[in-house]
Amino acid sequence: MRDLYEGTHTRVIAETGAGQHGVATATACALLGLECVVYMGEEDMRRQKPNVERMGLLGAEVRPVDFGTKTLKEATSEAIRDWITNVETTHYLIGSCVGPAPYPELVAELQSVIGRESREQLLAVEGRLPEAVVACVGGGSNAIGIFHGFLDDDSVRLVGVEAAGAASLGSGRAGVLHGARSSILADEDGQIADAHSISAGLDYPGVGPEHAYLRDIGRAEYLGATDEEALAAFGDLARTEGIIPALEPSHALARARELDAELILVCLSGRGDKDLAEVLAQR
Amino acid sequence: MKTLVIYLMADPETPELARAAVEGGADIVEIGFPFSDPLADGPVIRRAGERALARGMRTRQCLDVLARTRTLVPDTPLIPMTYSSLLEAYGWERFAADVEGAGGTSMIVADLPAGEWPEVRRVQLVAPTSTDERIAYAGEQTDGWLYLVALTGTTGARSDLSPELAGLVERARRLVAAPLYAGFGISTPEHARAVAELADGIIVGSRAVQVADEGPAALREYVSSLRAALNTL
Repeated sequence: MRDLYEGTHTRVIAETGAGQHGVATATACALLGLECVVYMGEEDMRRQKPNVERMGLLGAEVRPVDFGTKTLKEATSEAIRDWITNVETTHYLIGSCVGPAPYPELVAELQSVIGRESREQLLAVEGRLPEAVVACVGGGSNAIGIFHGFLDDDSVRLVGVEAAGAASLGSGRAGVLHGARSSILADEDGQIADAHSISAGLDYPGVGPEHAYLRDIGRAEYLGATDEEALAAFGDLARTEGIIPALEPSHALARARELDAELILVCLSGRGDKDLAEVLAQR
Repeated sequence: MKTLVIYLMADPETPELARAAVEGGADIVEIGFPFSDPLADGPVIRRAGERALARGMRTRQCLDVLARTRTLVPDTPLIPMTYSSLLEAYGWERFAADVEGAGGTSMIVADLPAGEWPEVRRVQLVAPTSTDERIAYAGEQTDGWLYLVALTGTTGARSDLSPELAGLVERARRLVAAPLYAGFGISTPEHARAVAELADGIIVGSRAVQVADEGPAALREYVSSLRAALNTL
C-alpha cells in the first residue's frame, strides 16, 4: 500500500465477471481517490448491467473486452496485459484466487476472513462446528476463503460446487492458464475450452490451484450444478427466506439442500439483484 | 554482424514464408505455435493465433509445418515459440524431443519462468522489470541467446523505441555471457538499427506477421529492408 500513498502507483485495474469484484474495487478506488479501470467481457456487461452501472457511478471506467469468449477468461487476460504494460503505475487487484504466484495465496489470505468470522459466529450461535461447508467455485475465491476457516477441522466436509458447464475441477485436466498450473477445461492439445454458465462469475474455464490441490489430497470435494438447478434454488431461497441470492451461490444452494446433514454452512457470496433481469428472461 | 530474428505464426504457408524471410536476410526464424490465450501477445499476434487455430493448427500440425520448413531452409535455426499449456498437454519432454525431431533448434515458452522444467532447454526471456538476480539466472539457463523483452508490455509495433531498453542491455551485458537479442515493439528499419546499436540482434514479430499476409515476395522485401538497416552498423 505504501507506494499507493507515496503516489507512484495511482492506478488500479481489475477484471470482473459478475461485477461484484468490479464494484468492490471501484468503491475502494473512489474512497482513496485512485483511477480505476475494470475489464469486463461484453457478454457479461450485457447480463450484469446493474453492476456495470454501479461501477460507472463510482467513477470507474469499465473497459469492454470484445474478443474470444467475451467473458471472464478474456477479461482476465486483458487485465494481465494491461498490468504488464503499466506495471510502473498500476496495481492489479485480481478478483479470484487465480493468476501467477503469489496471487492465489494473497487472495486466499484476504478472503479467509469469511471463514474465520463464520466459524466464530457459528460457534457463538450454535455452539458447534457445521457438518459441511458449501460454496460455489468459479475461480474459487469465496470458496477458498470460507474453506480456510475450516481446513484443520477434520470433521467438517468442504464442498465446492461448480457450474456444470464450467467444471474445471470436475472434468478438467492439468494445464496452465493465466500463469498458474491447475485443473482447467482444455482440449487434448492444451487449447482452453469455452466454459458456459448462466452465472457470469462461474463462467471461467480455470480454477485456483489450491482447489486442485485440496481435491487431489481429498480434503475438499467438488460437485456440479446445472443452470436449471441453480435457477430453482434461486427461486426457492427467495420464496422461503426472502433472500435473493446471486446466481453464483445459487449453485451452492442447489447441492447443499441435498446433503445429508443438519447443520450446513453455505457461503452466500453475492446478492441477486444484479441477476433479476437475466433470471426473469429465462422464465 | 547483427542477428535478425523473424517471427511467423505457424500456418500451412509458413515454410514458403520462412524461406522468403531467410532470402531477405533473416538469420533465425521463430515459428509461433498458437495458443488460445496468449498473454504476452498484443492484438496482431493474438488474431493471427486465433486464425491459425480456426484453420486447425494444433500441436501435431505445427510440428509438421516445422518439419516442412526445415526441408526448405536447411541451415537456418528454427525456434518454436509457444505457451506452457501446449507442453503440459503434449508432455514436456516429448514436446522437446518432437520439436528437435522436426528440425527445431531450441524453443521459447513465453509463460514459463526460468527454473521451471530446466530439462526443457529453451531461450529464456528477461524484461525491464527483471531483477539483476533473475537476469543472471536466466542468462545461465538460456539456450544460445537471451531474449530481451525491450519494453514493459505485450508484443506489437510501437511508434517509438522503448526508453527502457538501454538500461536492460546495460544490466544484461554485465550479468550474462550469451548474446542478447531484443524484441517487442520493433517494426521499422529505423527501430531495427537503433536497437541493434545496443543489442547483438533484434526480433521482429507483429509487423512481420502482418507483412506475411501479403505473401512471400512482400515479406522478403520487408526483411531485406531490416537487414539493410542492420548492415549499416
